[in-house]
Amino acid sequence: MSFTAPSDPVNKPTKVKVSQLCELCHSRKALIRRPKNLSKLCKQCFCLVFETEIHNTIVANNLFQRGEKVAVGASGGKDSTVLAHMLKLLNDRYDYGIEIVLLSIDEGIIGYRDDSLATVKRNQQQYGLPLEIFSFKDLYDWTMDEIVSVAGIRNSCTYCGVFRRQSLDRGAAKLGISHVVTGHNADDMAETVLMNILRGDVARLEKSTAIITQSSGSPIKRSKPFKYSYQKEIVLYAHYMKLDYFSTECTYAPEAFRGTAREYMKNLEAVRPSCIIDIIQSGENLALKAKKSNARKRVVKFVDGNRCARCGYLSSNNICKACMLLEGLEKSRAQVAIENDTSADGAALKLRALEKLSF
Amino acid sequence: MVNVKVEFLGGLDAIFGKQRVHKIKMDKEDPVTVGDLIDHIVSTMINNPNDVSIFIEDDSIRPGIITLINDTDWELEGEKDYILEDGDIISFTSTLHGG
Repeated sequence: MSFTAPSDPVNKPTKVKVSQLCELCHSRKALIRRPKNLSKLCKQCFCLVFETEIHNTIVANNLFQRGEKVAVGASGGKDSTVLAHMLKLLNDRYDYGIEIVLLSIDEGIIGYRDDSLATVKRNQQQYGLPLEIFSFKDLYDWTMDEIVSVAGIRNSCTYCGVFRRQSLDRGAAKLGISHVVTGHNADDMAETVLMNILRGDVARLEKSTAIITQSSGSPIKRSKPFKYSYQKEIVLYAHYMKLDYFSTECTYAPEAFRGTAREYMKNLEAVRPSCIIDIIQSGENLALKAKKSNARKRVVKFVDGNRCARCGYLSSNNICKACMLLEGLEKSRAQVAIENDTSADGAALKLRALEKLSF
Repeated sequence: MVNVKVEFLGGLDAIFGKQRVHKIKMDKEDPVTVGDLIDHIVSTMINNPNDVSIFIEDDSIRPGIITLINDTDWELEGEKDYILEDGDIISFTSTLHGG
């Protein structure tokens, strides 16, 4: 699969009214209206403003240290592709003095991840950045296809989420990198705030808007330079810059559950585009009254920086979530262990095909 | 009658036979609007009726899909009322597909 860039317009605007001009340069026709503040900008001004805003976020939050090695969690999707492009560009333009590595996780989902990894490999060439791929198979001896064949399609996202989060940290640690940057954007963050409020998840609510997250005891910190960047603007930027990204839905994502909160946010955004940034702002300023008695109890029960007794990974319990899931999986594997068994490969595709059958 | 190019990007091509670029000839008498084009797309190009809700919601393009007319956000061009000209490029880009 190769990349086809979106076509450039052939019809040039002929009679441009003054009211249609870009609000910054006043010389070119405005192409977009920014959801954040409704300002109308032309292509060139938009791209420059968008890049500069991210630079400002990076500088204001002191995200990078000179000489630091930074891993970009690269899935080949739009957010991480724009992130890799943007960090390379800003590092060259403003001389952060950081070393950027693309870090990809291969979950082992035939028909999905193999295609998106092909995109990451093209990005590696396009941006001239080193790429490291770690697979679930190497780290856990299970591919997602195998997991689904044992645990069923319903639970796929639980396994994938737990293992992927750990994999990024493990991968970075193996490369001697202590900073992982991810492409989470403003929409993602607002969605998380909303979901934590709806679930009443007090513990997560306060932490969910942090731009840098790090547990004491963990050598890996994570940051989100796109925290204030709208999904829409990221996609538009990728469109105008003709960036090569992969955009197929994961074969295991159960369609019925796909983003109810996301859908709700998109409808809110249609009514009032600033709502996304407003929700983040609210989340940031939300301070919960400390309950003294509870807080003391928690210190006894939950020690930050606790380690899993089996794998040594950071965990709030004695055994980490990944090891618990693995244990459950190993029990099932005994029944299906056959040498060189490839029956699980592409299980997602086959299931898809079966679902579509009608008689 | 107008000839336009329509592009389905960001994963939307999945409901149009995995083809990203389509050349469309609208036979309707002038003026032909983007609204007419959308009706044409829905009635003739989406094979599976269940897929219509991926593209359309409440009689317009679903929130989360960016519609561009010659690279300009259609919000700035009068949305469905924009009158198509020969050679116009209309693109629909989903922002909802995997990140």
